[in-house]
Amino acid sequence: MLETSNVNGQIFTGNVQLVHAVGMHARPAVKLTKLAKKFEAQISVRVAGAAEWINAKSVAKIMAMRAAHGSIIEIKALGSDAEAAVAALIDLIATDFPDGTA
Amino acid sequence: MRDSASRLAYRGRTASIGFAQGPFVRVDAGANGERVAGTLVDEALALRSAIDTASRQIAELAAIAGGEAAQILEFQVALLEDEDLVSAILAAIGEGEPADAAWRAVLDEQIADYNSAPDEYLKARSSDLADLRDRVLNILRGGGGHALRIPSGAVVCADDLPPSRFLEIDWSDGGGLALLRGSPTSHVAMLARARGIPMVVQLGAVPAGSTALLDGEGATLELDPSIEQIGLFEKRREIHRKSRASARAILRRPAASWRGDRIKLLINIQRVEDLDYPDAQYADGVGLMRTEFLLSERGLPDEETQFQVYDQVLRWAERRPVTIRTFDAGGDKPVPGFTPDGEANPFLGVRGLRLCLARPEIFAVQLRALARAAVRGNLKVMFPMVTSAHEVEAARKLFADIVQDLQGKGTAAMLPDLGIMVEVPAAALSIASFKSAFFSIGSNDLAQYVLACDRSNGALAPLVDPLHPAVLELITRTAEHGRRAGIPVSLCGDMASDPRCIPALLDCGLRELSVNVSALAQIKQTIDRLGSGGGT
Repeated sequence: MLETSNVNGQIFTGNVQLVHAVGMHARPAVKLTKLAKKFEAQISVRVAGAAEWINAKSVAKIMAMRAAHGSIIEIKALGSDAEAAVAALIDLIATDFPDGTA
Repeated sequence: MRDSASRLAYRGRTASIGFAQGPFVRVDAGANGERVAGTLVDEALALRSAIDTASRQIAELAAIAGGEAAQILEFQVALLEDEDLVSAILAAIGEGEPADAAWRAVLDEQIADYNSAPDEYLKARSSDLADLRDRVLNILRGGGGHALRIPSGAVVCADDLPPSRFLEIDWSDGGGLALLRGSPTSHVAMLARARGIPMVVQLGAVPAGSTALLDGEGATLELDPSIEQIGLFEKRREIHRKSRASARAILRRPAASWRGDRIKLLINIQRVEDLDYPDAQYADGVGLMRTEFLLSERGLPDEETQFQVYDQVLRWAERRPVTIRTFDAGGDKPVPGFTPDGEANPFLGVRGLRLCLARPEIFAVQLRALARAAVRGNLKVMFPMVTSAHEVEAARKLFADIVQDLQGKGTAAMLPDLGIMVEVPAAALSIASFKSAFFSIGSNDLAQYVLACDRSNGALAPLVDPLHPAVLELITRTAEHGRRAGIPVSLCGDMASDPRCIPALLDCGLRELSVNVSALAQIKQTIDRLGSGGGT
């Protein structure tokens, strides 16, 4: 369900595999939302194929997404810094949420 | 007098030993009355301000707590900064709900969602959410943004107590913790033991009182005690103090011996920090280093992180032996993303070595780190939950291939001595079939499997007797096989840390025990007494 009513420009998307051994739990979820909040863009994520997109800036919703180890996370962003946001989130997840990020 | 005095003693379970005498303070969530709603604007502002206050309090706690506790607290702060969550609460306030009721409804919904998760990890997080819910409620209901005002040295009584509340209380002048529910294995119990705060759990219903005596050894709470009760309590405390002092003195003496045999006393450690306990230096080595702590929510640590941890312990031990047990997940130790979900009977499921062999990609990282650490000290590696010899051989082959691969790349590595935990009855009964450099008896699981009693089921507590003849028979057989074949046998379960079990274990033929650091002095003293003619 990609929105087409984008007034602010282009939607950027990407996907990345969750390599974190225990899945999207508290610590990774906190890092992900902290990083997402650094961007102005609206950022949504979902486990590949899931019906609903989740606000990447809501830690409660990210936790409730219950993404397991090995699942593919889809990311989309809309806004002035959308492209950078998608790249940054992909990098965070792909590098397994290293310390000192976000 | 006697009659009325005895009616005021309540019995629970020990979570942390020690004695506390002081004012009795009840700490209950929701002690303050419900909030009377102001205007919509008032309520929205009250919520914002309560969230700010709570964030500040938690950030201060995190700075003090550090480590794992800090990560839990960081998650709580992130929830308070979650605009989606807050806007749902503001919406309810907009419909006329008081701030406290609106906050509670949204948090309760989240808690219920976590509790219904099949995932043990999320279930465990629900108590963090309840902690956060109660903190903000307390502020909204006029509990003030202040830390709990508890007089120093108090016996604090609560239904249960979240870790953050424990950390807020000033324990510098002692005190004790009496929980009506709670568990000796909870996070709070670990914190209490680490701080040396006596703690008794599962007291059931307790009336109001103004002063209390808490005996962490006898697991009793006495309220508004008589002079006679205080006298008896002080006597017990004095005996405890003297026994601790003389046990500490014994630690400094050379190794324990019994009937002319030297008894090796090693320690069990859960994490590297356990070595900071001053008594640890007197141990003959590390008999069991658990590695499950590495599998925290940080996820599986990489090879380098693991190597650093193992190397640190080997450096501490110098030439003394260090036995590291490979990941023992599963059973009552679920690790999300590693252990299988939905097993009907996880104690009989894919756990211990079974799980590691089923997940070679995770196992291999640990084996690589261990192979590199093996060149740095006296390392032994032990596999948990072994049933058949072919499992050990499969693990040995995996390990040997890894060592060869590392050496081929010019990395210093070697295959350490490999041994097994004896905890499955089948392994104990066919002990001669194993090619093993040493055996370590895991008496907790061995007793649970031999007695067919889930050790976490309180209703079976009277049946779970580690001194049952069947358990002792298997220990004796294992020790005897070791003696005949010249293979060292030790025991690393809770039995070894229990002075009442020591005579039986020595009689079974064991000459090596691995105990909790906090029990080292007492066990050495027990053996010393038995050896000097006080025993069997």
